[in-house]
Amino acid sequence: MQIIISNRSGIPIYEQIKTQIKEAIFSGELQEDDLLPSIRQLAKDLKISVITTTRAYNDLQEEGFVVNVQGKGCYVLPRDKEMIKENALLKVENGLLDAITAAKLGGISKSEVIQMLNVLCEEENYE
Amino acid sequence: MNNIIEIDKLKKQYDGFALNEVSFHLQAGYIGGFVGPNGAGKTTTIKAILGIIRPDSGQVKIMGEEVKEGTAKEFIGVVMDNPFYVEDWRIKDVEAAVSPFYSQWNSTQFHSYLKQFHIQTNKKVKELSRGMKVKLQMAVALSHGARLLVLDEPTSGLDPVARDEICGMLQDFVSDENHAVLFSTHITADLEKIADFITFISDGEIWYSGTKDELLEKYVRISGNPREIPENQKARIIGYREHSTGFEGMIQATDSRQFSSKFLIEPVTLDEIIIFINKGRKNDE
Repeated sequence: MQIIISNRSGIPIYEQIKTQIKEAIFSGELQEDDLLPSIRQLAKDLKISVITTTRAYNDLQEEGFVVNVQGKGCYVLPRDKEMIKENALLKVENGLLDAITAAKLGGISKSEVIQMLNVLCEEENYE
Repeated sequence: MNNIIEIDKLKKQYDGFALNEVSFHLQAGYIGGFVGPNGAGKTTTIKAILGIIRPDSGQVKIMGEEVKEGTAKEFIGVVMDNPFYVEDWRIKDVEAAVSPFYSQWNSTQFHSYLKQFHIQTNKKVKELSRGMKVKLQMAVALSHGARLLVLDEPTSGLDPVARDEICGMLQDFVSDENHAVLFSTHITADLEKIADFITFISDGEIWYSGTKDELLEKYVRISGNPREIPENQKARIIGYREHSTGFEGMIQATDSRQFSSKFLIEPVTLDEIIIFINKGRKNDE
């Protein structure tokens, strides 16, 4: 798994770690029972504070993505189907909202947008 | 909680300067940054930790034991911006001079660090570059079983490569969760990276002591047109400075709702916090 931290994005570092680990879980790159790098190791590798790393891991545990086993490390939990669907729905919604905003700005009508969506689905063979 | 440093209501009065009830602590396993403008009391506090000065009142405990003059030194490794070694000493003389002070001196370890840092034992102290002098002190500090490393301006005057190396060494040092580092510096970029906790001292008083992340999230930088500031909100701006094309300052992040999107609100750096706090104190005077 790769974690790449930007110091210039303005997004807090613990958020960046969380997002990237979550994405790795959603994409299947991290599987159930995979062991995350230790908090100390990750802090050292990324040259960041131990507290920042701890916070990211604690948040992931609270949100049900990983479990911390005392003295062993942080393991990836089985993927919850509901959670994955929820995440996908959120992404679709955001993408569609962007499309609607762009359509409004460009004076494109609702029916044109829906038509375009249908065409695109067809092109992608998405039934 | 396993505190390596515990300072409680430390007072020390000098002519024209005083430490006023300084209290903070540092847990094992973590790196604490110690920041504040020049003359704020950083070095005086460090001297109290090292048992070089006697406090007027209050308490300094290292690993649970109260510091009396000359007691805790075995467990503390010290790195200053300029070492107290005699300039004409060769490196082997340095070992001969310092090792008798430490019951747990480990000569093998010392020489392995020298090798790792590429320091030749026949060189004289004065022939070492600044970075090498810092590394030599680190080698000494890491060879006598220190639990606490106290660094006073170790990275000032060092190039980015040497600073990066030293930051990595500090992270290694605390990684077994038995050691701690107190790191006083003006180069806050180093602390912004690796420090877990920040203790901020200003005019002899602790202004903040807690996690670095909380400090950096607590405040935001604000700038914009001074005429747009609602009249009752101006007092909330810390370190307010007006110039020909606008104003800048710092506000608590929770106050940012009071300011419209006409203002630029962005994350604040440690450097900016130090500057705004200092400026704020001058504005108040």
